[in-house]
Amino acid sequence: MRFKTFTSPHMSPARSVNRVMRQVLYALVPGTVAIAWFFGWGVLVNVLLAVTVALAAETLMLMARRRPVKPFVTDLSAVVCGWLFALAVPPLTPWWITLIGVGFAIVVAKHLYGGLGYNPFNPAMVGYVAMVISFPREMTLWLPPETLAEMAFNLPQTLQVIFLGQLPAGLTWDMITGATPLDRIQTELAMDRSLSEIQASPFFGAVAGRGWEWVNLIFLLGGLWLIQRRVITWHAPVAMLGSLALISGLFWLINPEVYASPLFHLFSGAAILGAFFIATDPVSGSTTPMGRLVFGAGVGLLAYVIRAWGSYADGVAFAILLMNMMAPTIDHYTQPRVFGKTPARKEG
Amino acid sequence: MSDISYRQIIVDGLWHNNPGMVQLLGLCPLLAISGTVVNALGLGLATTLTLIASNLAVSTIRNWVRPEIRIPVYVLIIASVVTAIELSMNAYFHELYLILGIFIPLIVTNCAIIGRAEAFASKNTLPRAFVDGLTMGLGFTGVLVALGAMREALGHGTLFDQAHLMFGEAARGLTITLVEDYRGFLLAILPPGAFIGLGLLLALKNWIDDRLERREARRRQAVTLKEAEA
Repeated sequence: MRFKTFTSPHMSPARSVNRVMRQVLYALVPGTVAIAWFFGWGVLVNVLLAVTVALAAETLMLMARRRPVKPFVTDLSAVVCGWLFALAVPPLTPWWITLIGVGFAIVVAKHLYGGLGYNPFNPAMVGYVAMVISFPREMTLWLPPETLAEMAFNLPQTLQVIFLGQLPAGLTWDMITGATPLDRIQTELAMDRSLSEIQASPFFGAVAGRGWEWVNLIFLLGGLWLIQRRVITWHAPVAMLGSLALISGLFWLINPEVYASPLFHLFSGAAILGAFFIATDPVSGSTTPMGRLVFGAGVGLLAYVIRAWGSYADGVAFAILLMNMMAPTIDHYTQPRVFGKTPARKEG
Repeated sequence: MSDISYRQIIVDGLWHNNPGMVQLLGLCPLLAISGTVVNALGLGLATTLTLIASNLAVSTIRNWVRPEIRIPVYVLIIASVVTAIELSMNAYFHELYLILGIFIPLIVTNCAIIGRAEAFASKNTLPRAFVDGLTMGLGFTGVLVALGAMREALGHGTLFDQAHLMFGEAARGLTITLVEDYRGFLLAILPPGAFIGLGLLLALKNWIDDRLERREARRRQAVTLKEAEA
């Protein structure tokens, strides 16, 4: 067998923020298209709106802080932030939630802390969590995937709902919105139904809910592409999904009628998106290889705890913010050994 | 220390050494009770009364208390004052008392009070201690009310809601509804809102101080230039 060899020089391309962010955006595109396929035009409108708001807020803050505008706006980090926010909110979110949420993310979570590279928390998740705790009603207006919904909104109708808050004639919010699979399991478990009963509904699809499983699968592909391109390392996603699978598997073995299967947990909610696109944030996440493993494992564990016993249906965003707080400590204790140096002795 | 001017004491209490914004003392009640203007005002005034009374008492006995036992003495004084205020509020402003709940007895733990006793009242004459207690208390109340107004306006879209709890039935009309049919921005009411709000207030104060300082520097420079020309 012949091994392919490469001759020197082994040069890697210069990695600018812009390049990294651009590749993250490429990786987000297929997943975004998939969500739009299942949940309608609203997703695309939200992405467009959120990115516009993010760029506007970024420009304003850079001007207010007297920083050069062009190099920081074109590094695309604001675009990624707005985009992730738009993927996290329900498809028919009113425009003012996107405005406040993305504005809060960029102004408070990013620039008040010193801008890109200095923010201790992931801005998109801060914006999302702020909106979830402030406007719980609007933030749970999820639609059932279109394959189940009786009618799909066309583009003008979607725009009308998002910007004017007017539903097409004869419809009420109660008729068109529905719980997400995670939501539904939580509420129905509270009504003393068993999981096998709950999941018998066609709503739950093959593994984790019709539509949702596909969306997550495509995000998984995007994430794997990012690893292959070496934009992110495998540590955080593997640790996060691994710990989520491990602990959900444990409880599932104990009582499968109350605790959903690991596959369900991996492919529902924001698990995959969070693992590949948010837990890998080079600014707010851990940066050492060992640290990323600890960080990811912590996120997976906390996300499961919040999903299973908390009052919110999905805990990924909260888990990531909680672990963001831990990241500096984790990094401090997981410094890799410098090559050629023996590990420092414990000093008495 | 005893020849500090009254003007200086007042400016310190209200601005330069404000317990809420500069000393950052008593953050627990500051953050917990600033949800609405009326709550903030109630707790602020109760704290002011406590500060005045404890400052007066500490200043009166300052020449007889040995330094070794001063802290327990301060604690006893403050605890008695707070108990008296708690009982009076229970009697006269019962509903407000119920809303403020544990934070009235907790005034006793407000470090601003023992801080002023130790740093000021124990070294200054009675009138000065009184003015210090009053202005420190009003400075604290000011920050509480500003934060309360910010959070109430953003969170509920009102100002002076439930004013009748403090000022009697006639004050019901004081309530200002800023936005009709406001949906409520829960974040402002929840603890994060208090932290973010206080942070913004601190930033505002530092910004104002900075501007004043720069203006002062420019004025001084102009004066020296004029003198040089002359």
